[in-house]
Amino acid sequence: MERNWLKGAKSAYDVVVIGSGLAGMTAANLLAKLGHSVLLAEHHYNMGGLATWFKRKGGHILDISLHGFPSGMIKTFRKYWTQEMADSIIRLDGIRFDNPQFQLTTTFDKTDFTNILIEHFGIVKEVIDDFFVTARDMNFYDELKMTTRELFEKFFPGRKDVWRFLMEPITYANGSTLDDPALSYGIVFSNFMDKGVFTYQGGTDDLIKKMKKELIKNGVDIRTHCLVEKIHTEGKKVTGVKINGKDIQTQSVLSNSNILNTVHNLVGDENFNPEFIKEVEKVRLNDSSCQVYIGIKKGERIDNVGDLLFTSVADEYNTEKILDKQVTSRTFSFYYPEMRPGLNRFSIVSSTNARFKDWADLSEDQYKIEKENLIQSTLDALEKYVPNVREKVDYLEAATPKTFERYTLSPTGTSFGTKFEGLKISRELPTQINGLFHSGSVGIIMSGWLGAANYGVIVANEVDKFMRSVSDEPKKTVSVSASV
Amino acid sequence: MTREDVRQAVIDILGDIAPDEDLSSIKDDLTLREQMDLDSMDFLDIVMELRKRFNVEVPESDYQELISMASCIKYLQPLLKDHQLAS
Repeated sequence: MERNWLKGAKSAYDVVVIGSGLAGMTAANLLAKLGHSVLLAEHHYNMGGLATWFKRKGGHILDISLHGFPSGMIKTFRKYWTQEMADSIIRLDGIRFDNPQFQLTTTFDKTDFTNILIEHFGIVKEVIDDFFVTARDMNFYDELKMTTRELFEKFFPGRKDVWRFLMEPITYANGSTLDDPALSYGIVFSNFMDKGVFTYQGGTDDLIKKMKKELIKNGVDIRTHCLVEKIHTEGKKVTGVKINGKDIQTQSVLSNSNILNTVHNLVGDENFNPEFIKEVEKVRLNDSSCQVYIGIKKGERIDNVGDLLFTSVADEYNTEKILDKQVTSRTFSFYYPEMRPGLNRFSIVSSTNARFKDWADLSEDQYKIEKENLIQSTLDALEKYVPNVREKVDYLEAATPKTFERYTLSPTGTSFGTKFEGLKISRELPTQINGLFHSGSVGIIMSGWLGAANYGVIVANEVDKFMRSVSDEPKKTVSVSASV
Repeated sequence: MTREDVRQAVIDILGDIAPDEDLSSIKDDLTLREQMDLDSMDFLDIVMELRKRFNVEVPESDYQELISMASCIKYLQPLLKDHQLAS
């Protein structure tokens, strides 16, 4: 008999959070701390969304998206999670580039970038300073018309090598391209340039385990294997959700499912204003990714060749080429034993941006062949940096846009949510349906670990405000936050 | 709450949000951002804490009222007049 994953669940909650990505978990945690009863429903058996990992025979632990985030994550962990999590954040200082235009290593912060731009690329210091100020001063409310391409053209006209240096890591971090709004570039780039690139020591498994513990401590009812099939509404108000066939009442839902999924499938177009649906239909999904997971044999080691390595054999940075199935650009993420102290293991994850349609329609056999080709061509490319890599490896696996779709239920396996216009839709949901909120990867700036977690906080604030406005009894005032 | 109580309430909130900052030297007439490392998420935290501790709702259009200690006090004192500072 099928296990009842909702056994013991209540018939009603103040808030139901759909999906346990970093936005969903962070929002759930905060809402529970603010005194609301929270149900967190996750369809998968693991929590974390794309902040996840998997274990394989031979003692391999492979991380999907652990490398790397800006220093702002330290503050986010401290304020909305725990000091212990914040204390586990460590810096990655070996960021390497290898392409036909340049080969260099950087600590990926403003000081080092300035030096490299002067010494390696021959840019005048005043121009660089001006560029940093312009990128930093862009904010949410800024003019959206300028694209990143136009921003680069303005400061570094014709310097495709500089564009690549500035763009490639951000494409890896949030999937954005030269044609996205400069604002989305400026915010993310400045976040990294502030202090560099960081990661979580202990690995994704340790992080999610600690988050789970914290959620339980704060009273969140966590339910894995629980697929939310429907958000019920009545007269433009949220009334409940259907989970694994069972109805549960709630006045507010915070969906950490993809925004298009939330509108079209969970709520249903017929429940929105038709004008709003027209806007939703204009929302473009971001592209997806392929990854190759490379497990190094127990007892084997590899030299330190950097933490993040941006490689490309393409002449210059080009969005079409980056997405092409004939892979020319790969980002290698090297995980050394410091990542999980005590285990003394190495692993490498190769990431490439990819299009869903290139993988969606293959026959089963062809799909297998293409995956194997991806693995072998990745090892060929890696050979340059890790000689004899095939002899050191005893586990190999590939993920494609179809894999991402299967585990996240995000349409077309998008690994970076939506393009910029998705943010507006996400923000406007509560004006359409009372008590309906969305948080998660939208609009590029809310992507990545830091963007997603902080967006969870921003929306949790709105849910809290809403719940207090509909609540009969005034919530008791709670003293002092968790930072004590 | 007296003016001094409101000031203390804001200092308490800032102390939780930015535990590493020295709050004893905050000058009321300068913006908070000039004197401490606060970003937009920190200001959101101030808003959430005011709601949590005093049931005071600061609408987004009023966020600029939180720019300095002096403006915080001026804006919050009428809203907090019936509250007592928790000991």
